[in-house]
Amino acid sequence: MPLELLESPDLNANQREGLWTLNFGPQHPATHTTLRLVLQLDGEMVIDAEPDIGFLHSGFEKLGEVLDFNQYVTIVDRMNYISPMANEIAWHHAVEKLLGIDLTPRCKYIRTIFAELMRIHDHLLCLGTCVLDLGGATAFMYAFNERETIYEICERASGQRFHTSYTRVGGLLYDVTDDWVQMVRDFVRNFPKVYRDFSGLVMKNRIFVERTRDVGVLSREEAIAGGATGPVARASGVVRDLRRDEPYLAYEDFDFDVCASQGGDCYARFQVRMMEMLESIKIIEQAIENIPAGPIFAAGTGKESMPDKREVYRSIEGLIHHFESVMPNRQMQAPKESVYAATESPNGELGYYIVGDGSFRAYRARTRPPSLLHFSLFSRMMRGCMLSDVVAVLGSINIIAAELDR
Amino acid sequence: MATQINKQLGDNVFLTTLDAAASWGRANSLWPMPFATACCGIELMSTAASKHDLSRFGSEVMRFSPRQCDLMIVAGRVVMKMLPVLQRIWLQMPEPKWCISMGACACSGGVFDTYAVVQGIDRFMPVDVYIPGCPPRPEQLIRGIIDLQEKIQKGGTINAREFKLRILPEGPPRFDEDELIRIRERNGFKLDDPTYDPVH
Amino acid sequence: MTIETPKPSSVEIDEVKLKLADALAGVALEWSEFRDQYRVVFPATELLKCLNAFKSAGFEQLSDLTAVDLLEYSNATDRFEIVYCLLNVDTGLRMIAKTYLNEPDLTIPSATSVWSGADWLEREVYDMYGILFSGHPNFKRLLLPQEFQSFPMRKDYPVKGRGERHNFPVITRAES
Repeated sequence: MPLELLESPDLNANQREGLWTLNFGPQHPATHTTLRLVLQLDGEMVIDAEPDIGFLHSGFEKLGEVLDFNQYVTIVDRMNYISPMANEIAWHHAVEKLLGIDLTPRCKYIRTIFAELMRIHDHLLCLGTCVLDLGGATAFMYAFNERETIYEICERASGQRFHTSYTRVGGLLYDVTDDWVQMVRDFVRNFPKVYRDFSGLVMKNRIFVERTRDVGVLSREEAIAGGATGPVARASGVVRDLRRDEPYLAYEDFDFDVCASQGGDCYARFQVRMMEMLESIKIIEQAIENIPAGPIFAAGTGKESMPDKREVYRSIEGLIHHFESVMPNRQMQAPKESVYAATESPNGELGYYIVGDGSFRAYRARTRPPSLLHFSLFSRMMRGCMLSDVVAVLGSINIIAAELDR
Repeated sequence: MATQINKQLGDNVFLTTLDAAASWGRANSLWPMPFATACCGIELMSTAASKHDLSRFGSEVMRFSPRQCDLMIVAGRVVMKMLPVLQRIWLQMPEPKWCISMGACACSGGVFDTYAVVQGIDRFMPVDVYIPGCPPRPEQLIRGIIDLQEKIQKGGTINAREFKLRILPEGPPRFDEDELIRIRERNGFKLDDPTYDPVH
Repeated sequence: MTIETPKPSSVEIDEVKLKLADALAGVALEWSEFRDQYRVVFPATELLKCLNAFKSAGFEQLSDLTAVDLLEYSNATDRFEIVYCLLNVDTGLRMIAKTYLNEPDLTIPSATSVWSGADWLEREVYDMYGILFSGHPNFKRLLLPQEFQSFPMRKDYPVKGRGERHNFPVITRAES
């Protein structure tokens, strides 16, 4: 037994006798990725859960200081890898704020559609795998079937199904085509039926409800003080959504509700995620029919954004423009300032704190990962729960190790 | 004589070496241990899920305990805090065992040429099949598993001959050739008996 | 259930400035603004007093806590910059509070008593930059192995490390 536990004042001698330590992870099916918990158990009751993280710390932020604003998008992709494009959008949102670039309406709409597709993408995996861990494999299969459709939509737009690297400073890699629009329309049309099936399999499943209700409760005060955001905070009654409160991209144009709950338990968190999927579909539905025409790259002095590919191949000016946008000494100069900008990623507030030093790369690219702050609340959520609840709580806060450790 | 047997038995009996039969069994009933650390783990899930059904290729029985597995799929980058864990899990797996290094990060470190990421797991442990891609598509993983099955079919033997040089057996004790003979003798088989046929 | 709440009214930063000027009389605060973001630089000597004042001014949530190594930053006079990104959950107002720190004494008081979310963020800053937070309840490395010697996010540490990533025993086919 560790010393600090022996010295803990809220344990009496009798309790200390029967405690035992259980090591959970780093290689455990329910962690999905790599994280470790040291559990102090009294019988089956969890007295203390001490997370040990860093098993996937790969130096993302150090790479952010080496690569330029366009190159680093390939690295942020790999941060929250169950919704890759949400990271790209967050990163370039922050970069564009630093550089003072205003996006074109078409680019804003396409990014919004992708951001919402990624929200569905993320929530499907979160729910599917948590149900898998709690013993039901069917919902997982349904979730992955829908995810494959979203992968195809990503692949059609960017050429890569997983790590798309689709956004660029001030624009997008390619413009979308009509058949992409048709794919998204089909997805929006088919999704409600799948949602009904999925919802019936998960949220009305008695075993699932029994195992998640009143488990891992997080109060509103703890959520605010601990820095919880996104579905975890909204399930605890903190009605805050950056899409509504600090509108970015094209969210001002759409009509949607912020989903929240008062419960604060695992079931509430899953409920919020389920409801958010429907709201996302609502946003995509409004956006896909109204994509404005026009260029995808922001107009400006020309240096801040990449030129259109057709221009590069067909005109000498376009080619020069392209070379200038990748040459370190001819690139756009970022102001010597710092900026913090956040977007509402599926997991919560994904923010970037960027310090510019007068070149086209970040002097410091800090990520504010929602997973890190949520996982630091884990031991608080676990207090008084049973050993088998660890899996349910871990699934409900949706910890992504690469984002957690960076 | 041979034609007579053929007439009686038809295609119900075939003769082969025990090695080939054992290898065939091993190759088609791989039990993978998904050592999924990062993005590739999601593609590994995707491979096992509804659209790309891995069970079509006889290796869908994912077991998370290394003691029950014979194929380790290292999916994702391995960093210096994780490498000792990986090595320990590899040592805990019983023989015969194989390893697939899935994705650019596990093969070479990929885009993460940083202080924390191990530049290829093959620097510190044996790897049988490398799958490129960041992350590889599910089809690529399936191709990798088929390649490994071919390799097992060619190389695996009942006495794990390819692993003869091992000096630190961590798994269960090796199957002894002499033990096999003793078991057969106990069961009434005599190796020098001209009527003895290993297939029956 | 879906709760409809009114859009947050944007509270004037002037109100916060007045409140802070009251609470922190005698402490030199330096305000600046960039792209609608309000930033305040406060002295590291009065850290806890300032942070408590920020919290009473309505900033209930610590969004982010990080550090910047200014070693190679042109015209920088200090070595480290500690950044507190603060958020008022009710009004949505954000403020970035900064303080500067120099070698050799890299110790500042911990903010865990003010915001409990600072716990892991401070451990991460220690892990990456070697800045010590006094009064932290569980102070040790967060991400890197406990036996790791360097602080990798410092600018004088190479991106590819100093060979730590190759310092492991090799398991061969014969041994496993």
